[in-house]
Amino acid sequence: MIATESLSKRFPRVTALDRLSLDIGPGVTGLVGSNGAGKSTLIKILLGLSPATEGRAAVLGLDVATEGAAIRERVGYMPEHDCLPPDVSATEFVVHMARMSGLPPTAARERTADTLRHVGLYEERYRPIGGYSTGMKQRVKLAQALVHDPKLVLLDEPTNGLDPVGRDEMLGLIRRVHTDFGISVLVTSHLLGELERTCDHVVVIDGGALLRSSSTSDFTKTTTTLAVEVTDSDAHPDGTDALRRVLTGAGTRLVGHDGLDAEGLPGAGHILLVEATGEETYDLVRDSVAELGLGLIRMEQRRHRIAEVFRAAEAPQAATAAKAGVGQEKGSGRDEH
Amino acid sequence: MSTETGTTETGTVAGSDSSRIHNIGYRSYDGARLGRAYARRSLYSQSLRGSFGLGRSAKSKVLPMLLCGVMCLVALILVAVAIATPGMTKLPIKYTDFAIYLQAVIGLFIASQAPQSVSRDLRFRSVPLYFSRPIERVDYVLAKFAAMASALLILTGLPLVILYAGSLLAKFDFADQTTGFGQGMVSVALLSVLFAGLGLVVAALTPRRGFGVAAVIAVLTITYGAVSTVQAIAWQTDSADAVTWLGLFSPITLIDGVQTAFLGASSAFPGGEGPGAAAGVVYLIVVLALVAGSYAVLMRRYRRVGL
Repeated sequence: MIATESLSKRFPRVTALDRLSLDIGPGVTGLVGSNGAGKSTLIKILLGLSPATEGRAAVLGLDVATEGAAIRERVGYMPEHDCLPPDVSATEFVVHMARMSGLPPTAARERTADTLRHVGLYEERYRPIGGYSTGMKQRVKLAQALVHDPKLVLLDEPTNGLDPVGRDEMLGLIRRVHTDFGISVLVTSHLLGELERTCDHVVVIDGGALLRSSSTSDFTKTTTTLAVEVTDSDAHPDGTDALRRVLTGAGTRLVGHDGLDAEGLPGAGHILLVEATGEETYDLVRDSVAELGLGLIRMEQRRHRIAEVFRAAEAPQAATAAKAGVGQEKGSGRDEH
Repeated sequence: MSTETGTTETGTVAGSDSSRIHNIGYRSYDGARLGRAYARRSLYSQSLRGSFGLGRSAKSKVLPMLLCGVMCLVALILVAVAIATPGMTKLPIKYTDFAIYLQAVIGLFIASQAPQSVSRDLRFRSVPLYFSRPIERVDYVLAKFAAMASALLILTGLPLVILYAGSLLAKFDFADQTTGFGQGMVSVALLSVLFAGLGLVVAALTPRRGFGVAAVIAVLTITYGAVSTVQAIAWQTDSADAVTWLGLFSPITLIDGVQTAFLGASSAFPGGEGPGAAAGVVYLIVVLALVAGSYAVLMRRYRRVGL
């Protein structure tokens, strides 16, 4: 879908992209980086709107330097900022944008009705955009990027400004853009947590250079961690500690600092993180808690967060071995045993 | 929806229905993609219609339609006078005078519609949406420029057509009227392009619509006011040459000068003496330079906007 080869973009004072080489396949790809990491610059170059200082880039097999117009006909773009005039309805606006993409008038109307329905705008699409909520505006912005049925959409911070529910809905919608519509997605974000649920592949850039690029399953699905929280009882004033001793006695590995959730949240010190190897771990925890006569408050699966990977990757030695894959971030937990 | 159970039922049915509608399946588009030239045409027609409030809210139709109505009404009254008054052999005014007399209406139109056409896209940052599509900067600028000029040509040309039709009805001399009408149309075409360029430049430099409106009015009326005042003073002090050259400094006197020199108009300058052919060439060059300059400024302006 997207291939770049030692792509660089230098401005007089800043280097926005520094010899970036990427190969992004079909599916949902997350592009992660802090503000100023070069995400927007990369999108501009990929749309053929800004020439690269050096290196090459191709989108859908088309060269960005020479075939920009052809790329823009087959690619959709959703900007990060507000871009909707308040005095027209979503329908009128998206129809106009469809025609700007080259769709004949009738097709533009049909595709607009379809697309707005798919992003979840119904009756309200005939009302002026000025009265929409942020979530609805984001949907209109997404619709205008999809209306011409592109092969690929570039979404710049699509969850910006949304509340948690709106965020989840938007992420679900992005997932569907690929699974149901068959359109590949490149989505940028500075929030790593969102991307693990949505993306097949995550690319992390920092300071215009590639930090790491791997599939989301590499990041998060290696092992399952169980978070267990128990009550204290008269026999065991520190229930968590009692359970820990029983579990380690039974040969179960614990994760994190001394098996405790070290996130620093209130009550986090009472949550035991257990590495689950299979069904038997669940049974073991249940039986141990019952034997000790403690109350089980919760037992839930917890996946590794990309954030942990990112934190590890930010460490100097990890950055050099960026492509080496995961594995190192679980090390700290094992040191204890 | 009338009873409580009814509501719950419809609620659940509607709920499952909407999820089913969601899953109706995505239809991909295999039809024609008409590309850049088509997109440019679409932008042109959308902007032209927008100048008259078509395809926009009812409120935004009021002013442009009212101004257009005033232009046509004045033309109709002139025609009625010409037909009703016995013994008239020509229209009460020349075709070329019409736009000069009604310059305030034209000024209001460009002041209200130029910001509507360009400031909106800048203010609400829709411009990146255009440039992420096949059209390029030159297409955007050309489409907006052509649409604004066409809107002004409709506003100023329509009354001339009414005058011409009226004069034919009144059985005035056909050759005379046709020449006059042709000269008038050339003059308003030039005026439309010049005013569109100036209006769009001022509007594109002021993303806030209110400022845009005020700035366009200021550029048109303040320059005219200043030029005609100084011209009047120059005329009083018997410097007829100065009157001629001062006319170069406001848009409407520029048009006046060009049409006096080449299109058989009688000048509205003090003393009624416009530029001769030699000075007229200078006037024409200045008009063309302003149009080209407006285009260049717009291109520069949108290079900076980008994504």
